[in-house]
Amino acid sequence: MSAKGSLLEINNLNTGFRIKDEYYNAVDNVSLTLAKNEILAIVGESGCGKSTLATTIMGLHNAQNTRIEGEIFYKDLDLTKLNEVLYNKIRGNDIGMIFQDPLSALNPLMRIEDQIAESLSYHTSLTKAQQEQRVLELLDQVGIPNPKRVAKQYPHELSGGMRQRVIIAIAISCKPPIIIADEPTTALDVTIQAQILDLLKNLQEETEAGIILITHDLGVVAEMADRVAVMYAGQIVEQATVEELFTNPQHPYTRSLLNSIPREDEFEQELHVIEGTVPSLKNLPRTGCRFAPRIPWIAAEEHEENPELHEVSPDHWVRCTCYKHFHFRDEEGEA
Amino acid sequence: MTELIQIKDLKVHYPIRSGFFNRVTDYVYAVDGVNFTIEKGKTYGLVGESGSGKSTIGKAIVGLEKTTSGQILYDGKDVTKRSARHAIGYNKDVQMIFQDAMSSLNPKKRVIDIIAEPIRNFERLSDQEEKKKVKSLLDIVGMPEDALYKYPHEFSGGQRQRLGVARAVATNPKLIVADEPVSALDLSVQAQVLNFMKRIQEEYGLSYLFISHDLGVVKYMCDTIAIMTKGRFVEIGTREEIYTNPQHIYTKRLLSAIPKIDVAHRKEHMETRRKVDQEYHTLQKEYYDEAGRVYDLQTLNATHQVALRNVESEGV
Ligand SMILES: Nc1ncnc2c1ncn2[C@@H]1O[C@H](COP(=O)(O)OP(=O)(O)OP(=O)(O)O)[C@@H](O)[C@H]1O
Ligand SMILES: Nc1ncnc2c1ncn2[C@@H]1O[C@H](COP(=O)(O)OP(=O)(O)OP(=O)(O)O)[C@@H](O)[C@H]1O
Ligand SMILES: [Mg+2]
Ligand SMILES: [Mg+2]
Repeated sequence: MSAKGSLLEINNLNTGFRIKDEYYNAVDNVSLTLAKNEILAIVGESGCGKSTLATTIMGLHNAQNTRIEGEIFYKDLDLTKLNEVLYNKIRGNDIGMIFQDPLSALNPLMRIEDQIAESLSYHTSLTKAQQEQRVLELLDQVGIPNPKRVAKQYPHELSGGMRQRVIIAIAISCKPPIIIADEPTTALDVTIQAQILDLLKNLQEETEAGIILITHDLGVVAEMADRVAVMYAGQIVEQATVEELFTNPQHPYTRSLLNSIPREDEFEQELHVIEGTVPSLKNLPRTGCRFAPRIPWIAAEEHEENPELHEVSPDHWVRCTCYKHFHFRDEEGEA
Repeated sequence: MTELIQIKDLKVHYPIRSGFFNRVTDYVYAVDGVNFTIEKGKTYGLVGESGSGKSTIGKAIVGLEKTTSGQILYDGKDVTKRSARHAIGYNKDVQMIFQDAMSSLNPKKRVIDIIAEPIRNFERLSDQEEKKKVKSLLDIVGMPEDALYKYPHEFSGGQRQRLGVARAVATNPKLIVADEPVSALDLSVQAQVLNFMKRIQEEYGLSYLFISHDLGVVKYMCDTIAIMTKGRFVEIGTREEIYTNPQHIYTKRLLSAIPKIDVAHRKEHMETRRKVDQEYHTLQKEYYDEAGRVYDLQTLNATHQVALRNVESEGV
């Protein structure tokens, strides 16, 4: 994975949470690059470390309970080494983040207009009147009806989707070159979702921003992404261009995930579920193929001892060798 | 009787205060006259514009929001007033899965206490029995046992959402208002939760009011679907009617905006969506009155209703 011309370059990143006296990595040796003008989608099991990766890039973990190793390069700066004063300059201005949990990302005691203006006054030199104008403009851009009314309201007075759009307005307010969007449209109806996705694309045309898009919605991935990284249990298990990932998925986790999509006209049948449960962070298997316990019908010797990413075709990477022998339980093995 | 819940001309209006004296200067017509019936053992889907009043309807049903006017009947009894609910065990029978998983979980409480709370309100169980029950609920939503003694902030978004599901089913309710119950889940866990919801529905004859933006999930789960914008219903129909024969322009617009897993044709798909969008804007006037309000529902057949201008009554 070349780093030429990339906007963001993540090398061997580990983010561990402290439980009692030990650290357990929720993000485990992740390397990724993001290019200008690119949309990189990250998909993966709930709890696999996607948000942790995002908040690590944003420098939002407290050092007391979190251990971060590895490098995150942005313009020759290693963000993992940055102090808080410098980080504050970068957050919002260079990297905008759309948070997964809008309600907890907003200040409950501040009117919407003040929360958006706060970021503007920190990073821009707009006058008060210009700020007010820009706030209404942003609310309108994210499709909020009646921006004047909503500007004066408090977070608890807005619907789930309206809050999410306020977070989006804040994230894009300074037109940052990098946008990290963690489930940006889950709380939105599909028409507003389409509008927000168009907005991100238009913004990208204007600013050539690189976007990291975290989502469970594979439809959104298929419509938006250039490249896709699939995570399982803290690691990247597959990476490919969007066309390749959907037409030629390889890793057993990716294939199982695609198999769980509710199919047209199968209302009477149960949906496909991956067997077993994801262990908690503390009990994650740390050696061998982490997905192996979920596909127990695949023989142990098909897995690698220390699963690595293999380039199965140009720019298509798959972890572990088990993909070569994988079949669903109800299918015959090909071996 | 097969009706579990009947909603009659429900309105919820929020006052907006402003100015120096903080006087009420206007109202948000969050829910503005909706009628519907949820049958026993069925799933009623509520879909629509963000901010159209879906959560408000849900909250009014479970009693978390005061109704401005209208009636809620439960098993034929009027439960609009709080005082009427206690006597018939309404608060135990009707539970809610909240849209905002994080803020609906008390951050200072451990998982075992969060999930056991509704049980404690209505039943007496020994510590042992309670723990066993909570463990089985965690198992059902695919969470490991060692979650019991953790706090909400130690979980991912999807894990928190599953805690909300576990809590809602803890008292064996008759109706669950499920407000975006699977929006934060990956497809496999989503499938697990949906399978579970269907299974307990078959077993216990449970009903759901299922609120979701995911039209694929709604299609899979719901028997009847209502489409909502601006505090009102624009269309009600069976699954087949809504997906294969939508009548209101808003329903059509919604269906055209569903993202498709078809990378090769994403350009064409975007163009179609933009075309329907365009049509929506040009046809606005025919589907909404001068004030932008949704018309009253007209009956097409026993199950299909759509909000269109009533041409006859205007004598045209
Ligand atoms: N503050 C914390 N302390 C301890 N463990 C944590 C903390 N935050 C997250 N975790 C754990 O780290 C793992 C990764 O969580 P993360 O929120 O990154 O998942 P995610 O991929 O974003 O999931 P989702 O799709 O459900 O949002 C999970 O097992 C979670 O329980
Ligand atoms: N406490 C409140 N005070 C004032 N207005 C409110 C309050 N709660 C909700 N509203 C308004 O009522 C309307 C309906 O909100 P509701 O949360 O029911 O929407 P929703 O359909 O659930 O939307 P979403 O899909 O985004 O969750 C919105 O315009 C919202 O701003
Ligand atoms: Mg997350
Ligand atoms: Mg809502």
